[in-house]
Amino acid sequence: MSISRRLAFLLAGFLWVAGVQAADDGSDTAIWGKVKTLLVGDRPVIDDTAGSVIELEAPVRAEDAAVVPLAVRTKQQPGGVHVSKVHLVIDENPSPIGGTFTFSPIAGRADIETRVRIEAYSWVRALAETSDGKVYMARRYVKASGGCSAPAGKDQEEAMARLGKMKLKLDDDAVAGQPSAAQLMISHPNSSGLAMDQLTRLYVPPHFVRRVEVSYAGEPVMTADVDFSISENPNFRFWFVPKGEGELKAVIVDSKDLKFESAVAIRPGMKGGS
Amino acid sequence: MLTMLTVECKSASAVAGRLWRSMMGGLIALTVSASMAAETLPMKELAPGVFVFNGVTAEQDAHNRGAISNLGFVVGSRCVAVIDTGGSPAVGAALRETVRQKTALPVCYVINTHVHPDHLLGNQAFVADKPEFVGHAKLPAALAARGRNYIASAERLMGEAGRGLELVAPTRTVSGEDTLDLGGRVLRLRAWPTAHTDNDLTVLDETSGTLFAGDLLFVGHMPVVDGKLLGWIKVNAQLAALDVKRVVSGHGDAGPAWRDAFAKQGNYLQALADQTRAAIKAGRKLAQAADEVARDQVGDWELADLFHKRNVTAAYAELEWED
Repeated sequence: MSISRRLAFLLAGFLWVAGVQAADDGSDTAIWGKVKTLLVGDRPVIDDTAGSVIELEAPVRAEDAAVVPLAVRTKQQPGGVHVSKVHLVIDENPSPIGGTFTFSPIAGRADIETRVRIEAYSWVRALAETSDGKVYMARRYVKASGGCSAPAGKDQEEAMARLGKMKLKLDDDAVAGQPSAAQLMISHPNSSGLAMDQLTRLYVPPHFVRRVEVSYAGEPVMTADVDFSISENPNFRFWFVPKGEGELKAVIVDSKDLKFESAVAIRPGMKGGS
Repeated sequence: MLTMLTVECKSASAVAGRLWRSMMGGLIALTVSASMAAETLPMKELAPGVFVFNGVTAEQDAHNRGAISNLGFVVGSRCVAVIDTGGSPAVGAALRETVRQKTALPVCYVINTHVHPDHLLGNQAFVADKPEFVGHAKLPAALAARGRNYIASAERLMGEAGRGLELVAPTRTVSGEDTLDLGGRVLRLRAWPTAHTDNDLTVLDETSGTLFAGDLLFVGHMPVVDGKLLGWIKVNAQLAALDVKRVVSGHGDAGPAWRDAFAKQGNYLQALADQTRAAIKAGRKLAQAADEVARDQVGDWELADLFHKRNVTAAYAELEWED
């Protein structure tokens, strides 16, 4: 065997080992094991590293632990198979299941963008449940931010002062039959509550948005079951397919059963906003 | 190891600085351990009875043990007020020992300028002195919301120095203004509306005209927005116009050029606000804005890699509610 062949052989062996190590990247955490069973039972979760069904965009480092932008993108599948549900999981958060988003066909795309709190170095996962019963997962490892950053609100008093104020607007002009992106902003502390502290004697109960229901012309588009893993002032970007004139409406229910709503009239060809 | 804190290093390169500190720390450990029982901090006496330690401009780590912010104390005829205690119990203990070497008077007040861990995790070193712990009226809530996370990240960031932490909350809070009498010397406290954080407190020693601004003023170290950008821009202008002799910043040292430092900080904050607003108006999303906004500003500051994108993120989440 020539030296170059030996080198090639060694290199191939090295790459094989490296490949095995890359697959065993510490993503099978104990918490994930439990969460997986809770969310999808015994169904196998397909690690969609190629992004053929679901992709997750997340920063490598949580610049601000309180506001980490996440974007989930799903792909159209052949044979009429579509993504009906997306789950967001943040392994190391006190409440690892950040949200479950259910999409109706008039959503057009089962895509969602939001911002979350990230407690520590953590795997972040997006799971897609497809209409043929399969489960796909995209995952990213997000490093925690620096020492003075914490996944807490910046100005709770201000968030409370405008509690329930909402903005619902379209990114671009609505075009009939074309998926259009809309953004929903909710002013809410979305607080996990403050623990009783022997010194401060403080106890503030949790207060967070727990459900978001979006409809268009009376038909459901997207519902989200969420909690305090979503950042202060929850923010969602989602899609819907306008067909004619109709109202795009968002109804919010929080953990104290307070209900808020916002609506925008959609006329294809016109930019909507509130 | 313990004497590392006594080496002040202003090296431009963080890596070189770390190496230098390690080397010098090792050398001095040999010479000092024989002569000095407990560790102290190198402190300048800016005016009679006004002492300041300048922390190194860096993120907290096992080498600096959180001695990354400026700390001070003021000595009256009756007692001493400590202003910020550093990022770990070890730094707090070194500060306490420094006080002990300068005066026999008791520590009657420990004032925290805000909730960030590099300013307050040394509090526990002063508990035995039974001082009043003084902070902004919103400090207890901020501490309750963030404390658990600070404790959890301290060990990851600082190793051994981050273990055994106990949070010490204020026993006396300030909303609006308050005064503390150290005996022939009055400290004037002022609680600010949300700016760097929602619990910023400044301390003015009337006798010497020294204002401890906490992190309402950053020098060298990139300012960090963890409260309200627009609020800070207003507070920054008010502080810059104050009729005081000198200002002790939370990080870095501008010396007599403190008004220029406020101006430079104000320019950065304003650029951040203007450019983030423009990005929101242009329909740029948060993650895009974090990569793009105010890149022209980063060269003027240290630690921009750690804090600039974070500042844009915070600015975006705040400013998108305008209109």
